[in-house]
Amino acid sequence: MKAVVTVSGADRTGIIAVVSTYLYENGINIEDISQTVMGDHFAMIMRVDLSGSGKDIATLAAALEHKGGEIGMSIRLQHEAIFDAMHRV
Amino acid sequence: MFSNYDVIETIEMIEKEHLDIRTVTMGISLLSCVRENAKKTADAVYDLVCRQAEGLVPTAEALSREYGIPIVNKRVSVTPVSLITAAFPQESAAVGWALDRAAHTLGIDFLGGYSALLHKGTADYEAAFLDTIPELLSTTERVCSSVNVGSSRSGINMNAVRRMGGIIKETAARTASADGIGCAKLVVFCNAVEDNPFMAGAFHGVGEGGSVINVGVSGPGVVEHALKSVPDADLSAAAELIKRTAFKITRAGQLVASEAAKRLHVPFGIVDLSLAPTPANGDSVARILEEMGLSVVGCHGTTAALAMLNDAVKKGGVMASSRVGGLSGAFIPVSEDIGMIEAARGGAITIDKLEAMTCVCSVGLDMIAIPGDTSEAVLSAIIADEAAIGMINNKTTAVRVIPAPGKGVGDEVEFGGLLGRAPIMPVHTGDPSRFIGRGGLIPAPIHSFKN
Repeated sequence: MKAVVTVSGADRTGIIAVVSTYLYENGINIEDISQTVMGDHFAMIMRVDLSGSGKDIATLAAALEHKGGEIGMSIRLQHEAIFDAMHRV
Repeated sequence: MFSNYDVIETIEMIEKEHLDIRTVTMGISLLSCVRENAKKTADAVYDLVCRQAEGLVPTAEALSREYGIPIVNKRVSVTPVSLITAAFPQESAAVGWALDRAAHTLGIDFLGGYSALLHKGTADYEAAFLDTIPELLSTTERVCSSVNVGSSRSGINMNAVRRMGGIIKETAARTASADGIGCAKLVVFCNAVEDNPFMAGAFHGVGEGGSVINVGVSGPGVVEHALKSVPDADLSAAAELIKRTAFKITRAGQLVASEAAKRLHVPFGIVDLSLAPTPANGDSVARILEEMGLSVVGCHGTTAALAMLNDAVKKGGVMASSRVGGLSGAFIPVSEDIGMIEAARGGAITIDKLEAMTCVCSVGLDMIAIPGDTSEAVLSAIIADEAAIGMINNKTTAVRVIPAPGKGVGDEVEFGGLLGRAPIMPVHTGDPSRFIGRGGLIPAPIHSFKN
């Protein structure tokens, strides 16, 4: 199953480290990553493959949201189907 | 494949513009629950609804977490109860109470279908059923009631219209301590639809299958935001933009609907394309109309703007869903829309303008608080006017008005939550009682004979 991780908030050190460490520890493969800093605002979009993870998507999403809270960032993990549905005819 | 821009747009729609799935509603047929008495029937209804909809709330919550989109309401609609209590209509409330208990057990906020279909005539058992509505609405929290009094095919049952004026009044009196809130759960329809997922008018039509999943999407804030990006566009370009926006909103609904149906092992029914406001800022249909260039909703031009909005939403939505249905149009409930509330407070929008607006949108005079001393005949006449608009124009119309006991123009009522708050709106005080008192049937219009 493919999903999209989006991270946003005030820029600081270690954001990618926190996110990618969590993904690695949970067997989630990063297939694409795009990241930018505008002013002091950090934004990152990752496409990930959850098929190697033993946890379900809702659990992973909740855990990442919690991780985000710890570093003052907003982190979402969503099934890619929502984006596919809304933006493809 | 979607782009990064698409990802950001979706997230902004959800987080900043109130895009949500307004309701996942499971329709359930109760026809198999008919037993020899009210008690056994009520027990069978409770058991069936609880069993059939057991997975509804957890499934909707799981989908919400996976897709990252809020699913605001999980609801159930059932076969019009008057049909299953026909043998003991005076005891219909027993089934209503069972439904209220089932709603509590399932953890859903509203359950619709304490209903009767009277568009061509009122059987004795249906008349007795109507008498139970005020008591039921005042003794339950979550059950919604609707009555269909007319259709384009059959005309308007004016005897039922006359009776409903009294029922609304009695319901208000029985819930007087809460400003007549019982009336917020009672809708009088013309051309009621059998697959509407929205409350308070949802019921599971007899032409439907045993069980079905219908989904209502929403997103007035998304449309408003899109229009803000083109402040000088002409109306053709604005309509095109609304269409494209409606497409995206509806696709989210279609995704949730088909996935919910699959997981619950229930057929997918329809996606309802309505724009449904809430009292929250940034979730208002009135604000869309104002963004189009009206200084305040209710001014001249409002009907035209609403007609365009309603049509563009349908055109975008139809393309996005494999099956659309329900009410599918912009809702204009006064108490549930911050723009409407403010316009009503300032006197900018009147009941007459709202009536005109119902000619071009879904669905009718909705959530309007009117003076508590409004007579039964005036209430019936308001219903008759709306039903006439629906009958002649081949569309669904409805009346959900609240004659707030003890309140008059200048007062305001507060229902709380999604039901919102509303200033009391004046109604005309001329007396239609001789017209209403005639009863009978307003015959179906000539253009109904299509065979």
